[in-house]
Amino acid sequence: MGHIALLGMNHKTAPVEIREQLALVCRSETHPLQLLPALEHVQEMFVLSTCNRVEILFTCNALDRAFQEVKSVIVEHLGGPATRPLDPHLYFHRNMDAVTHLFRVASSLDSMVIGEPQILGQIKSAYREAADYRSVGVVLNRLLHKAFSVAKRVRSETRIGSFAVSISYAAVELARKIFGELRDKKVLLIGAGEMAELAAEHFRGQGVRQMIVANRTLERALELARQFKAETIPFGHCLDALSNVDIVLTSTGSPEPILKYQDVKSRMRGRRNRSLFFIDIAVPRDVEPRVNEIDNVYLYDIDDLKGIVDLNREERRKEAERAEHIIREETLKFQSWLATLDIVPTIIALRSKAETIRRNELQRTMAHLPELADKDRRAIEVLTESIVRKLLHDPILFLKKKAQRESRQRFVDAAQQLFNLAESTDDGVSASLMEGLRCETDDSSPLKDILK
Amino acid sequence: MATLCYCCGTIGYLIYLVRERDGIHWASWTVLLVGAVVHGGAIVEHSAKAGHLAVANSQQALSFFAWVIVAAFLIMQGKLRIRVLGSFVSPLAVLFMVLSSLLPAGMVPKTGIFNSAWFVFHITSIFLANALFALSFSAGIMYLIQERHIKKKSLGNLYMRLPSLDRLDQINHICLITGFPLLTVGLITGFAYASTIWASPWNWDPKEIAALVTWLIYAILLHERLAVGWRGRRAAWLAIFGFSAILITFLGVNLFMKGHHTTLAR
Repeated sequence: MGHIALLGMNHKTAPVEIREQLALVCRSETHPLQLLPALEHVQEMFVLSTCNRVEILFTCNALDRAFQEVKSVIVEHLGGPATRPLDPHLYFHRNMDAVTHLFRVASSLDSMVIGEPQILGQIKSAYREAADYRSVGVVLNRLLHKAFSVAKRVRSETRIGSFAVSISYAAVELARKIFGELRDKKVLLIGAGEMAELAAEHFRGQGVRQMIVANRTLERALELARQFKAETIPFGHCLDALSNVDIVLTSTGSPEPILKYQDVKSRMRGRRNRSLFFIDIAVPRDVEPRVNEIDNVYLYDIDDLKGIVDLNREERRKEAERAEHIIREETLKFQSWLATLDIVPTIIALRSKAETIRRNELQRTMAHLPELADKDRRAIEVLTESIVRKLLHDPILFLKKKAQRESRQRFVDAAQQLFNLAESTDDGVSASLMEGLRCETDDSSPLKDILK
Repeated sequence: MATLCYCCGTIGYLIYLVRERDGIHWASWTVLLVGAVVHGGAIVEHSAKAGHLAVANSQQALSFFAWVIVAAFLIMQGKLRIRVLGSFVSPLAVLFMVLSSLLPAGMVPKTGIFNSAWFVFHITSIFLANALFALSFSAGIMYLIQERHIKKKSLGNLYMRLPSLDRLDQINHICLITGFPLLTVGLITGFAYASTIWASPWNWDPKEIAALVTWLIYAILLHERLAVGWRGRRAAWLAIFGFSAILITFLGVNLFMKGHHTTLAR
């Protein structure tokens, strides 16, 4: 059986110049998979290329030669020979290490922000491309599907993605804990800085449609209002707006608080006590801290939010440890599946030998019995088929069972000698098997039911 | 048997509170359902034997109460889809079941009193109302925990697992506006019933007084909610307060005071 290997680099190993190059080729039209037919030693290949990483996963028989070929693909991908040697930035994982690495990448344990969900989507679309180029076969197909399900398992069994790790996202999460659905809520932005913009973007992502902007300089307010389809109100009116908004985001440069305890308290009855959430990301603060004491009013300032984010980072790290455990488990499972592949050529040879014998004998017998009706011929054919199937059932089951053992080669050899399969497995079958591995993307192949 | 199922269901829900897994929730839900079915069967059997609804003594009444609470939760879970509610409601049911088994099972002399249609109507509507208030009580507790987390800015594990404040307040509201009419109907039928057997609708029975106080508490809560816009923390506190009043009406009066509700119940 051949090898699975992975050659790549990521944000940890590659310096920023090379990542800049990566960002450029991210958008280019040519795809490294086009090079696959030119690679002699690589059988299956999968390429993941994002702005932060490039990973090439492949299977081969001769590891060293395939490695050289794939490295040249990366060099080509980055746009010709680089000014600096690439080697120190590349990592090369073999066999189960490659599998583990892929699982970690898919589960977002290897990402810059651990637990961010985009990477899985990127792998999925890279997989679709690979399927279009028909560059993935039995092994990588299975491996990538496994990677998807591992990522899904990590997401559902650990809480790696459920801790907000940016300030604006933490604020949105809090709002969701207060209001539940944000779709019909109104957001008031007081001050229109960059942070406010970022948070507003997050709120819009959560379905908030109604926003109001109040800013001292009208131009900037209008600019933001255009961006978020918001309305603007004069800066002096923002206290009055308190009666019909739900979330207030303040980020002005005002040296003293602009929202005072009494201002807010007196407006709560008019709001029929509906909850009001203040997010104060200004320094110095825009909202009097005492506001938090009012019933149904919640106030978070920048330090509170930072505190949450720090805690969440810590939580994600803890969850990541649990995720690593899941990945180890799944790697072992994949390894045992892979081991069954070793016996596949022998099983195929065994079946095809039996089938050839059956056909030949059937033909010979039928030639002597021309008087048989079609129905009788059919019955004899079914009879021979079931004899062959039943006779082979136990030996095949035995081989599959032994596939998990270290000593499987011994049983494979024994089976080959016993049934005299040697010459056929070496050449014909293994060639056709490899062919099958390379282009097997449909379900009709006979390999599928052996590999189950 | 039913108690056992409720215990398992409760344990399941408590685990669910800590670890969010679909499987745990479904297992707990099913166990509770099995418990409720078994329990319902037992109540029907007792009632058939006694010839009237088996709520004659405090033991049976409590057990019936636990059953109604579980049934109300199972139905509401289907409608509202707040799974963690189970973690707060099911311990309540277990508590009542345990209390019920600790109480003396004094047999009541068979009287015609329990056989009136008024009586059945009176009992069912009151119990249904009480069960809904038990749910609103649980939601109130959840609200207070969650609110405290957010106000104090200490976002622990419970914070992650509890639903949003608005949602909890909404449950409180739903239970209140369905429970209150039922309670009202229950009281009116109670008075009507009383006037048919004791000739007067109002007899200064301790249970009657306590029930009226409870009704007033909920009336205030409903009024404040609808007219003034009370919500959130105060509404949650009042829901908890109201439920304690129910417990006093229901248990305290039965056990410690004398009146014709109790003399009969003994």
